[in-house]
Amino acid sequence: MIKIVKYILLDILRNKIVVAYTLFLFAITFCVFSLEDNTEKGLLTLLNLILFIVPLVSIIFSTIYIYNSSEFIELLVSQPIRRKSIWLSLFTGLAGALTLAFIIGAGIPLLIYVRSVTGLMMILNGILISVIFASLAMVAAVRTRDKAKGIGFSILLWLFFSLVYDGFVLFLLFQFSDYPLEKAMIFISALNPIDLGRILILLKMDVSALMGYTGAVFKEFYGTEKGLIVSFSAMILWILLPLLYSLRKFNRKDL
Amino acid sequence: MKKVSWILCCILLFNGMLKGKTLKVGKGQVIADITSGLKEISAGDTLVVAPGIYREKNLVIDKSIVMTGINHPILDGENTYENVSVKADWVTVDGFSIVNSGISSTTDYAGLKIYNRHNVTISNNILNDCFFGIYAQYCRNCIIKNNRLSAHQVQEQRSGNGIHCWKCDTMQITGNNVSGHRDGIYFEFVTNSIIWRNLSSGNMRYGLHFMFSNHDTYAANVFENNGAGVSVMFSNHVHMFHNTFRENWGDGSYGLLLKEISDSYIDGNIFERNTIGIFMEGGSRIEMYKNTFRGNGWALKIQASCMDITLKNNNFMSNTFDVGTNGSLVLNTFDYNYWDKYEGYDLNRDKTGDVPYRPVSMYSMIVEKNPPAMMLFHSLITTLLDKSEKVIPSLTPENLKDNHPLMKPLQL
Repeated sequence: MIKIVKYILLDILRNKIVVAYTLFLFAITFCVFSLEDNTEKGLLTLLNLILFIVPLVSIIFSTIYIYNSSEFIELLVSQPIRRKSIWLSLFTGLAGALTLAFIIGAGIPLLIYVRSVTGLMMILNGILISVIFASLAMVAAVRTRDKAKGIGFSILLWLFFSLVYDGFVLFLLFQFSDYPLEKAMIFISALNPIDLGRILILLKMDVSALMGYTGAVFKEFYGTEKGLIVSFSAMILWILLPLLYSLRKFNRKDL
Repeated sequence: MKKVSWILCCILLFNGMLKGKTLKVGKGQVIADITSGLKEISAGDTLVVAPGIYREKNLVIDKSIVMTGINHPILDGENTYENVSVKADWVTVDGFSIVNSGISSTTDYAGLKIYNRHNVTISNNILNDCFFGIYAQYCRNCIIKNNRLSAHQVQEQRSGNGIHCWKCDTMQITGNNVSGHRDGIYFEFVTNSIIWRNLSSGNMRYGLHFMFSNHDTYAANVFENNGAGVSVMFSNHVHMFHNTFRENWGDGSYGLLLKEISDSYIDGNIFERNTIGIFMEGGSRIEMYKNTFRGNGWALKIQASCMDITLKNNNFMSNTFDVGTNGSLVLNTFDYNYWDKYEGYDLNRDKTGDVPYRPVSMYSMIVEKNPPAMMLFHSLITTLLDKSEKVIPSLTPENLKDNHPLMKPLQL
């Protein structure tokens, strides 16, 4: 398995798109911090970028990569290797490469400019979101043999998590505005990794004071050690569940 | 010539009569304690206190005298007594270090308290760890000048206000430095007074707490890093000029909280890095010119209960939200302000934008109606909603707009 991971990882790292993605992240992060004299402001700009670009690139790149390596997968399947280890090493390779790209692209400038818990939180969340969306890409890719359909589905997934879900939350908030929804919002936020990441980072920043009562309720939950454990477990679940689902599908798939 | 010399003689004679004695007390003097010194002298005299520590329980000044300290002699209240009580008119207390007054939940102990008097001057004193600092009740024409007050209590109940004025008139509070108290400067039922060039920072509750006080001016003060900022309530004819409200950051913290204020002027102030720059409720006839709002969460929250508020020539820069409001009724005027979020153009080059600017964003309206929507703070959908609302306003108040937004910030 390690051999396959190594091969996939090297293959991805040689890919021009990943290099471009890394450079892009690097350039943007540096620009943001050198243009804004206030690191807090820079962090906010970066937060929006990370929550927008990182999931998009992760999910689409991973989907395309899996489709492009379908022949390689078929070749591996014909060898005496368990399907499980093929699929998992594919995922590990993808997640590892994307994580590495994020750490080099955004992590290093962040560590240079923002030496605080907020910066670390941002790096951690960026990594988790990269991995989560790689895992979601596995689901998108395993569902259908048609490449166009698969990529379409992955774009839909991204759109759902970064836009549609929040719109739905807003709709819900207005429908149930007569009820105290602050506590329910904690649960609802955990159902979307992007929201969860955003809230975790915002709570570490000074701007959380703007969030009023809702912010206070969030802080009371996510600010504690228990809350942090719960939220990171939720993130891990967001990695594991799609991955296991896609693995099950892959095991039974007629290639 | 004869007449002139006659007048000169008179002046010299009267001068001799008017001039009080000067009595020096303290360590190394004939009279070693201040209490005996106070008994000894009569109205119009000067009592000079030598350096040292004086534990004389409660010093009562009941004659019109000047009491000055050399090198800030320490008047220690031993955490039990009120250090100095002024119970005469025309008293001056200058250059003392007043420390450790009593703390009580039933009596308002103060480092220095003025009881129903007029023309009292309190200047150049250092007050440290007093319950209330300088307390004036029913006073008229008093000057509280260049004092330095600090306290280090942690609980709000165990700390009083720095400079506390109650039912006073024509007071001058100038050049004081207050920190660590409950409220830095407290005004209740105080009229025709001025608060000028004070620094109020790191107080537990408000930097300045101001209620039922009409016809007052506060100018060129700095209010910094106080628990809940500054609060001005239930007053009219208040003038606030060139003050700085800074770093009042946290839940429920305001740069300036205005409640039921009317006929007032807020000009040339600077609001920097506050959660809410100005929160205004039930205000009417307030003119706001040439203020600068920089780096606040909300620069201005103006509730629909306000009317006839005029905002002109103000700078709004790098605030998260420029203006927040809670209703669609707008009876206020915004004109000729600079907004850094303005995206319009100026074709006729008259230095004002050609399309009006709407300072209330859609998301801030949503949050006002539905606070849990704060969960979507800084998410993609709110940015998109704001953008679309800018093009076709539907939820934001139609009339809340600046018809002549400036293209360049004002040099203030």
